[in-house]
Amino acid sequence: MTPPIKLSKKDFATDQDVRWCPGCGDYAILAAVQKTLADLGVKREETVFVSGIGCSSRFPYYMNTYGFHSIHGRAPAIATGLKVSRPDLSVWVITGDGDGLSIGGNHLLHALRRNVNLNIILFNNQIYGLTKGQYSPTSAVGTKAPSTPLGSVDYPVQPLQVALGAGATFVARCVDVEAAHLGEILTRAQAHQGASFIEVLQNCPVFNEGVWDAVTDKSTADARQLRLKHGQPLLFEGGKRGIRVRNDLVPEAVEVGDGPGQVPLGQIMIHDERAAPAFAFLLTQLTYPEMPIPLGILRAVEKTPYDQLVHEQITAAVSARGKGDLKKLLHSGMTWTVE
Amino acid sequence: MQLTGTEFTKAAAAAGNDISTFPDFPAEIRAPAGSLAGVSGFQLHFASSDIYTPGDAPDVLVAMNPAALRANLADLIENGILIVNTGTFTPPNLKKAGYDSDPLAEESLRQKYRVHGIDISKLTNGSLDGTDLTTKEKARCKNFFALGLMFWAYSRDPETEISQIKGKFGKNDRLADANVRAFKAGYHYGETAEMFQDVYRVEKAVFQPGVYRNITGNEAIALGLVAGANLAGKPLFYSGYPITPASSLLHYLSHYKNHGVTTFQAEDEIAGVGAAIGAAYGGALAVTASSGPGISLKAEGMALAVMTELPLVVVSVQRGGPSTGLPTKTEQSDLLQAMYGRNGECPVPIIAANSPADAFDCAILAVRLAIRYCTPVVLLSDGFLANGSEPWRLPDVDAMEPIPVTHRTDPAGYQVYARNQETLAREWVVPGTPGLEHRIGGLEKDFLTGAVSYDPINHEKMVHIRAAKVDGMVQDCGPLDLHGEDEGDVLVIGWGGTYGALRQAVIRLREQGKKVSHAQLRWLHPLHPDVKGLLPRFRRVLVPELNMGQLSMMLRARYLVDAVGLNKVQGQPFKVAEVMKAVEDLLVDDRPTSIDVARRAAR
Repeated sequence: MTPPIKLSKKDFATDQDVRWCPGCGDYAILAAVQKTLADLGVKREETVFVSGIGCSSRFPYYMNTYGFHSIHGRAPAIATGLKVSRPDLSVWVITGDGDGLSIGGNHLLHALRRNVNLNIILFNNQIYGLTKGQYSPTSAVGTKAPSTPLGSVDYPVQPLQVALGAGATFVARCVDVEAAHLGEILTRAQAHQGASFIEVLQNCPVFNEGVWDAVTDKSTADARQLRLKHGQPLLFEGGKRGIRVRNDLVPEAVEVGDGPGQVPLGQIMIHDERAAPAFAFLLTQLTYPEMPIPLGILRAVEKTPYDQLVHEQITAAVSARGKGDLKKLLHSGMTWTVE
Repeated sequence: MQLTGTEFTKAAAAAGNDISTFPDFPAEIRAPAGSLAGVSGFQLHFASSDIYTPGDAPDVLVAMNPAALRANLADLIENGILIVNTGTFTPPNLKKAGYDSDPLAEESLRQKYRVHGIDISKLTNGSLDGTDLTTKEKARCKNFFALGLMFWAYSRDPETEISQIKGKFGKNDRLADANVRAFKAGYHYGETAEMFQDVYRVEKAVFQPGVYRNITGNEAIALGLVAGANLAGKPLFYSGYPITPASSLLHYLSHYKNHGVTTFQAEDEIAGVGAAIGAAYGGALAVTASSGPGISLKAEGMALAVMTELPLVVVSVQRGGPSTGLPTKTEQSDLLQAMYGRNGECPVPIIAANSPADAFDCAILAVRLAIRYCTPVVLLSDGFLANGSEPWRLPDVDAMEPIPVTHRTDPAGYQVYARNQETLAREWVVPGTPGLEHRIGGLEKDFLTGAVSYDPINHEKMVHIRAAKVDGMVQDCGPLDLHGEDEGDVLVIGWGGTYGALRQAVIRLREQGKKVSHAQLRWLHPLHPDVKGLLPRFRRVLVPELNMGQLSMMLRARYLVDAVGLNKVQGQPFKVAEVMKAVEDLLVDDRPTSIDVARRAAR
């Protein structure tokens, strides 16, 4: 047998013209996914991208793997059916803030709580792009959009909190243009057994230009981003500041050091991906402008995936009762014979 | 009551009778006892001759309380046997049932029926003297007392039932013993009280030789799906969301895991169809089922399966609508939902089961069509078929025709929407196949390459191809189920669960020398090709349906036939007499264009 040919990023691209707007954050995410899959050496034929509706959901057309561009919000349900019937496949779900958290919120919730072995990437641009710029469930209060000319008044939902609330076993956040970091997270997600949820802060240059700039701009990133590293203290601004938790469970940003008004390093929280869910939830409460926002893996715990449990039951049923015999099945129960 | 009904049915089946049952119960699990809304009934028709329906008018009615009497007395045949549990005829119960005075005291009742008033409550209690049962537990045994009485009246073997009861209550010896005591007490009461002038013995019916079992429509569909998957050599993936009267499909199938069946209780109806589509895409035999409101929710998913051309079976077990409607009652009002209830030009093939046993064959047919034509298929059933039962002659598994499945593996020249010329099906290529990576989805696709296409002519071409694919299935229709000559005065044409009533009515009319024939359609879309030629050969065409005229509308629109509808929307099946009356009227009167069962009853 000849050794498998090493695939490159280009091998994961299709012949279709990519139709996102120039400058869209989706391009960077697509490139990062293509590169990561090539680096990981996954087989194209064993990889499936399932999406719903929206700009982000065009993603499968640009991946030279198997792909299914489905209907609005339903990708997690379709992917669940696929993964349960075909556990041998690596199944990715591409969704957006509207697709995943509004019309498809229920499916996302259940895919996560069942811990189906899927990799779910939610592109969060806080806007409906494909339908021309309406505010979304993640839009900030006051977002002016075609459907909210006076500003939106509904409170936004935070994707990470939804995921954690649903019992997700892998929850992470990254930024569209940070290719290397995105690659690391994707690699971890792919290795994780169970539902992996990644929120990508994505820029929509047409309808919501710069919505994440305050936290993603490189010049200020140091002070406004908290890079999560398992086993490391929650430090930012080059280690000058850190996060500690008050007795009333409110996180606060403090100066780190032994001087007056400073807090010793020992009191700074240590990041633990495997901690109780309350810890990860506490991290989600770090929001700009009061706090730096957490980037990286908030939570990664082991729990047997749903698809595996389903197959274990089937295997157990076969070994307990023998492989099903159709004739016996039809003849079961009370039968009588007419001569 | 449902349990005792089922037990009596088993006894009739075991005695070799032909049977047909009609369980009729409220949607509420514990509807207020003694109220009209809470009446739970079980109608059983058994005979030594061929029967097609649970019967129009029972010969015997057992009324366990005043409400049951009030709800069902009108059905009882004149001079029929009426057994009443007098112990429940208390002033509060009479009031709950809406009686101003005790109907049992009325002379007219005794003139019209052979009334047997028995204090079943008291006698049941008495039979349980000395047990440690609570009053409530004792009261629950009274149905078995009534069952014992019926066993005696119809000369059934009590020993078989006694072992059935023991099996039913399993490890709970206390309750098993109690129900056996109540059952025996009822049996012995019949014997000692000499309450009936005659004891009946219903001889064996003449059946084709074979092994039989009693089967309900939902059991038959579940088994048919397993058989279909087996014939196709495919794992069965079933996903559904709890809904009356489709839920038991999920229950039955979840017991068949060792047959390679995966059941998925989805978070909602939409996920039910979504997960099935995902499984179909992965190469499983995928099935989802629901009833009207759930099928509404699945509409978008079904359209996706039409667009992506994936094999999928959608079972619609119809119930009374609209909205939540009458969850436990039967209706045929979702034919047009199956035909047209999706956006765009979105054709799906539709077949309908006509009896509980027929549902088995229909489930296999649905699987066969879904795979052969790479398309979603709707299988229509209804609440009457789902819960009703009849004897089913078990098929010869070895003689069943396999369902061939091919998954392309050759990458050379693969085009996503290239079609088989005979079936117009595209190829079912499953993920995991090297070199055939491709993308599908809900957007319109190029007729050959499958790339997204907004080209106007391509879209029109695809709309026509999707329609032609379904229309082309007429090649698989098989012979039309026609009873009688292919010409005459009246053609009765129906579909689905009305089969028994229609067939029985036409048999009786033909015995009277009337020139009437009956066709029951299994194929609703495409319509059976013989229908077109058949319609003009009858002076009148009667289309009885448990809806406002849905098939009728399809036939009128397609064949320009002046069909007359016989329509009933009461949550109840047709009575044979209703159908006979409509045909008789039509034989002498050319004028009506539709007949409304309720309005006629009011006249």
